[in-house]
Amino acid sequence: MTQSPSIRLDAAALALGDKSFRFNGEIAGGRVTAVTGRSGSGKTTLLNLIAGFEKPDSGRVIIGGETMNDLHVAKRPVTVVFQENNLFAHLDIFTNTGLGVSAGLRLDREDRLRISEALARVGLEGFERRMPASLSGGERQRAAFARALVRNRPVLLLDEPFAALDPEMRGEMGTLLLELHAETGNTVMIVSHEPGEVEQIADHRLVIENEAISVRY
Amino acid sequence: MYLTGAEFRRNLSAGFIALLAVIGFIAVAVTALAGFGRLGDAAAVLDEPYVWRILRFTLYQAFLSTLLSVALAIPVALAMARRPHFPGRIWIVRLMAVPLGLPVLIGALGIIGIWGRQGLFNDALDLAALGRPLQIYGLQGILIAHVYFNLPLAARLILAGLERVPQEYFKTAAMLAMPRRTVFRLIEWPVIAPLIAGVAGLIFMLCATSFTLVLILGGGPAATTIEVAIYQALRFDFNPARAVALSGLQITLTALVLAALAFLPRAGDPGTSASSEPGRRPDADHHLSRGMDFALIALFTLWLILPLAVIVVKGAGADLLGLLVEPVFIRATAMSLVIALSAALVSLAVALSFITAIGAIRALREPGPFYRGSAGAMSAMGSLVLLVPPIVLGTGWFLLLRPFGLTDAAAPVIVAAINALMALPFVLRVLQPAFAVHRSRTARLAASLGLSGLARLRIVDWPGLKRPVLTALAFAMALSLGDLGAVALFGGDQLTTLPWLLYSRLGSYRTDDANGLALILGALCLILMIAGTRAPASGTREGKKP
Repeated sequence: MTQSPSIRLDAAALALGDKSFRFNGEIAGGRVTAVTGRSGSGKTTLLNLIAGFEKPDSGRVIIGGETMNDLHVAKRPVTVVFQENNLFAHLDIFTNTGLGVSAGLRLDREDRLRISEALARVGLEGFERRMPASLSGGERQRAAFARALVRNRPVLLLDEPFAALDPEMRGEMGTLLLELHAETGNTVMIVSHEPGEVEQIADHRLVIENEAISVRY
Repeated sequence: MYLTGAEFRRNLSAGFIALLAVIGFIAVAVTALAGFGRLGDAAAVLDEPYVWRILRFTLYQAFLSTLLSVALAIPVALAMARRPHFPGRIWIVRLMAVPLGLPVLIGALGIIGIWGRQGLFNDALDLAALGRPLQIYGLQGILIAHVYFNLPLAARLILAGLERVPQEYFKTAAMLAMPRRTVFRLIEWPVIAPLIAGVAGLIFMLCATSFTLVLILGGGPAATTIEVAIYQALRFDFNPARAVALSGLQITLTALVLAALAFLPRAGDPGTSASSEPGRRPDADHHLSRGMDFALIALFTLWLILPLAVIVVKGAGADLLGLLVEPVFIRATAMSLVIALSAALVSLAVALSFITAIGAIRALREPGPFYRGSAGAMSAMGSLVLLVPPIVLGTGWFLLLRPFGLTDAAAPVIVAAINALMALPFVLRVLQPAFAVHRSRTARLAASLGLSGLARLRIVDWPGLKRPVLTALAFAMALSLGDLGAVALFGGDQLTTLPWLLYSRLGSYRTDDANGLALILGALCLILMIAGTRAPASGTREGKKP
């Protein structure tokens, strides 16, 4: 297993509306880092900058030693899982997962096998033809994990992925996330509001305050 | 439940009186049509090939107008949705709402100013030594005008749908490097497709019953719709049998379209949908596609704005002061304002009676079948009044009143009543949701405090509801102020409204006057619209005519 890349923000600045964010800091490679902070403090903006949904006005976003600034979202070594709407509601679970292999949905036999294996790995065996609406919130997030698995990118960014789930389910999903992390050794960044959740899964913690990274431990 | 017994009875009886008045007004007109046509004569008219040619043309132009409006609206809406942030975007979105509130007559003038024989488009081609090939009168003109009015409507509805798509979909698409085709196939089309039927049905209905545009831009018997043919049968040929036969045909046609519409999914209301500001679109981040989108948006904006600009420029060039002091202008303005205000007030009164009666019935624990049926009839009235178009209503009343020599005396009342009915669907659309929200917020509290009657009205209802009420009133007035349909049959020396004056000046080739009048009328409507939408009540700002 190659060492997963670290993420570095080098005075990455971005003005959005009346806020101007400025991030400096490093996220360790191959570890799980939790990002906390009040709502509106800039947690999602930080994730957007790393994922490439936003471009910094100045400064740099560096992943694994390479500057990402001008790289399109799809070209970055990153997969993002959102709080909800990770799945297209009118496509079945297999197709939704398959989009992670080929966005044009050109799948050969081997691809199909991989997709079903990934679904089985996250506990969705036999769910291939089910529609997202017929799944529970937790099952939908499992499917999003399956897609992240088949995409096989070394960095996984999660934006409050379990916030819509009940506490019991949250614990289960945290465990699944840690298992997958142990298997792939990926770099994980997870935005979370739940102290317990952070405690359970994170090696490190970033606190965002006043539109910047304030504490790191 | 929260009403005192007296309140309940009062609300209910007001609703029933309003319902009977509306049904009565329509029924009298329809009965008059049936009686006067001496059905046999009317049936004989249906053998004339002329009638079938008109029916065919009505359907044909409505079909083409709908097809063009929707087909062009899709790329426009897609481009606007892909570019959620650029300076001036909000103004383009607002501009898209203008054709809905613009008096059709003024729009027609503006369109002639751009696309007419002496219009800008032909001027430009002439400069390029290509002559003046575009002929506005006839099918082309009708299509241009219908697309002018309905393309922005369709684009607004589709855009609202696209803006409801979760942000994450487009982020995921960008992350997965989905090609543009796939984004369309997997994300955009599934949103647009279910909207199309409703949008197309609505536009087809509007175009199949279009009167003013066809009256002005239609060219003789080859390009005439049923509504215009009814008007001509009465006004020029005085052939009541033909007017009756055509009216029957028109009612059948609107009934069929309405029935079809009832089965289609409703076109969503654009006003209440886009709750949050649309986010960025990382999936559409290429220079080429950005350039193409902006080019398309610019073209669309020009298409919308040029006819409006032409009205302002040409109107300002007219002898406005001279117009303002003309006695006939003053008379027409006074008449227009009186009719518009009466129509708006009547429409409002009917709508309020319906809404409170429906509310009273809904509050019953177990309303009987009679009550439930009445409530159903009242809420359905909003679309049922569309069944009998203004021209048909006018024809019925015209035929009824003529033998008594009453057409002139009763004309303003009939026109105001027809305008009130035309505005009813719109007024209901604005008020119904506002009242529902207001009731759910205040009914229990007011009842528990023992507030009722006038006190309740003064302390709770008026402050909470004045905005939607004023919005409805202003829009209903603007609608009536700009309407040529109802007045066309009755207009003349005895009854002159602003649109009628404009139309007759146009007919006598006093184009300067017509341009000046268009500017004045447009300004009046604009002032009303702005007054009506100032500090809008939440969720009702972008109400639209059905």
